[in-house]
Amino acid sequence: MNQKSVIQVKNLTKRFGTFTAVDNISFTVQKGEIFGFLGANGAGKTTAMRMLCGLSKPTEGSAIIAGFDIYQETEKIKRSIGYMSQKFSLYEDLSVNENIHFFGGIYGLSKKEIRERASLLIDKLGLKSASDKLVGSLPLGWKQKLAFSVAIFHNPKIVFLDEPTGGVDPITRRQFWDLIYEASDSGITVFVTTHYMDEATYCHRITMMVDGVIKALDTPSNLKEQYKAESIDEVFFELARNAKRKAD
Amino acid sequence: MNTLLVLLQKEFKQIFRNTLILRMIIAMPIVQLLVMPLAADYEIKNIEIAIVDEDQTALSRQLIHHISASGYFNLVSYGANYKKALQLIEKDKAVLALQIPSNFEKDLHKEDNGGLFLAINAINGMKANVGSAYLGQIIRSFNQELRLKTTVGYALPIMPLIEIIPVNWFNPLLNYRIFMVPGILVLLVTMIGSYMCALNIVKEKEIGTIEQINVSPIKKSHFILAKLIPFWIIGQFVFTIGLFGIARLVYGIVPEGNLLIIYGFLSIYLVAILGIGLLISTYSENQQQAMSLTFFFMMIFILMGGLFTPIESMPDWAQWVASLNPVSYFIEVMRMVISKGSQWQDLKSHFVVMTLFALFFNTWALLNYKKTS
Repeated sequence: MNQKSVIQVKNLTKRFGTFTAVDNISFTVQKGEIFGFLGANGAGKTTAMRMLCGLSKPTEGSAIIAGFDIYQETEKIKRSIGYMSQKFSLYEDLSVNENIHFFGGIYGLSKKEIRERASLLIDKLGLKSASDKLVGSLPLGWKQKLAFSVAIFHNPKIVFLDEPTGGVDPITRRQFWDLIYEASDSGITVFVTTHYMDEATYCHRITMMVDGVIKALDTPSNLKEQYKAESIDEVFFELARNAKRKAD
Repeated sequence: MNTLLVLLQKEFKQIFRNTLILRMIIAMPIVQLLVMPLAADYEIKNIEIAIVDEDQTALSRQLIHHISASGYFNLVSYGANYKKALQLIEKDKAVLALQIPSNFEKDLHKEDNGGLFLAINAINGMKANVGSAYLGQIIRSFNQELRLKTTVGYALPIMPLIEIIPVNWFNPLLNYRIFMVPGILVLLVTMIGSYMCALNIVKEKEIGTIEQINVSPIKKSHFILAKLIPFWIIGQFVFTIGLFGIARLVYGIVPEGNLLIIYGFLSIYLVAILGIGLLISTYSENQQQAMSLTFFFMMIFILMGGLFTPIESMPDWAQWVASLNPVSYFIEVMRMVISKGSQWQDLKSHFVVMTLFALFFNTWALLNYKKTS
């Protein structure tokens, strides 16, 4: 396998009783790649991502994340990844600064490191005047940008984003994607699930999951060509139409 | 930087930022300790009594005087109509109705046998019980006086009299508060430990921040310790306010025994109670579930903890349940040390049992707390 691949997934399966949420998926993600994970609600995206983060144990199959085995070395994996969940995951009753210091602290960064990086980050996000405000009082768009920045604050090899831009306005979404590109340029691999098809086109490669199975995996332009579609939207409809699982 | 320190910093910031919790921490011991001991008083006074005096003699009046002079009774009606007295009971206006039948004095003197009839309103079982017991006592002593009077002149009384002279050890004046306050203090610490700890952890589950903790390299033990330590300290703080601020200043209760024993036991007890809170949090998905579960256990702990009713008078199965109740041990230790001045030797077994509780609940909680699903 390629030296530069940071996620290697082989025949990964997760069953809950008789229900197979994720069915035998395999793929590889390269360093610095923005890897989009698409699928209808209930297609198994979140379950797959939770397994890769070490939050959920796979039933079968294997995966190597940032060079570590998903069964044996989950604690090592956790040091090398960042994660941003669907639910807002910063502490609303702590200030911007306190959140940054807390999450920096639990990843073992030194106080000095945290201080330096925090001031850079706050400048970059334009949060200088709000750095002592409680996170709960910030607008959603700012919160999401901050949550992403905190997720990559400890310089992980990979960052997992689970529908990071839900409910965010288009302008903030563009800014959010600027942050993602910046992270990717600095060598962080971005693994992102989304429902927004315009966002899918921003990804280097995308997979389409239907009923727990990967139905397509390629660059956005290749997929459009392959399905003779005008947009990723159409590709998605073409694939998701035949889904047996009802969304939600 | 030490991960545990970072976590602790965060917990304390969050707790002290929550003004509702802060106010509760200060107000709860003060209000509970000021209000509950005064309200939850077992000494029953002002028992409403209706007396039906059909005899209307010097003797019956003497008896009535004895009853009203005792200070326990409140004469709500006096007359010669039994029906009317019974109506008062039916209307819940009287707890007792005492009927002195018409030939009471005559029968007593001539036939050496006088009868009284007592109707008791048993809706409030405790009041009825205590009331009839008091009344029985008064009538007995009245009877004794009568006998002494009537036997004056004989060489010996017909029956030897046995008089009991009670001495109340450890609480000479039977001060109710000395009995209640230490127990209430225990309940207070128990509530703070279990509720606050359980709710705090479950809140992280509910808002989703626990996911963020679970994908981080934080060790399970660090996360749990960071949740327990703040409430352990708060528990000690609240207990100290209660013991020195309220029990001593307001009620004048000064522990007879060693404070080190009390605080030593409290320290282990808090670990056990926090373990219960932790355990509840691992079984609940949201704060509502945690509240319901904690409430369920608290009810059992409080009612079977020996605060309101003595454990010794419970049926065997209930005593068995009480022996599994950590609250009952602490209440016992508190009472023993505060009013009796019990020493380490007397309480060794309590310490052992509480340490086992602490180990048991925390191990169970730890095993049940998962970072992965």
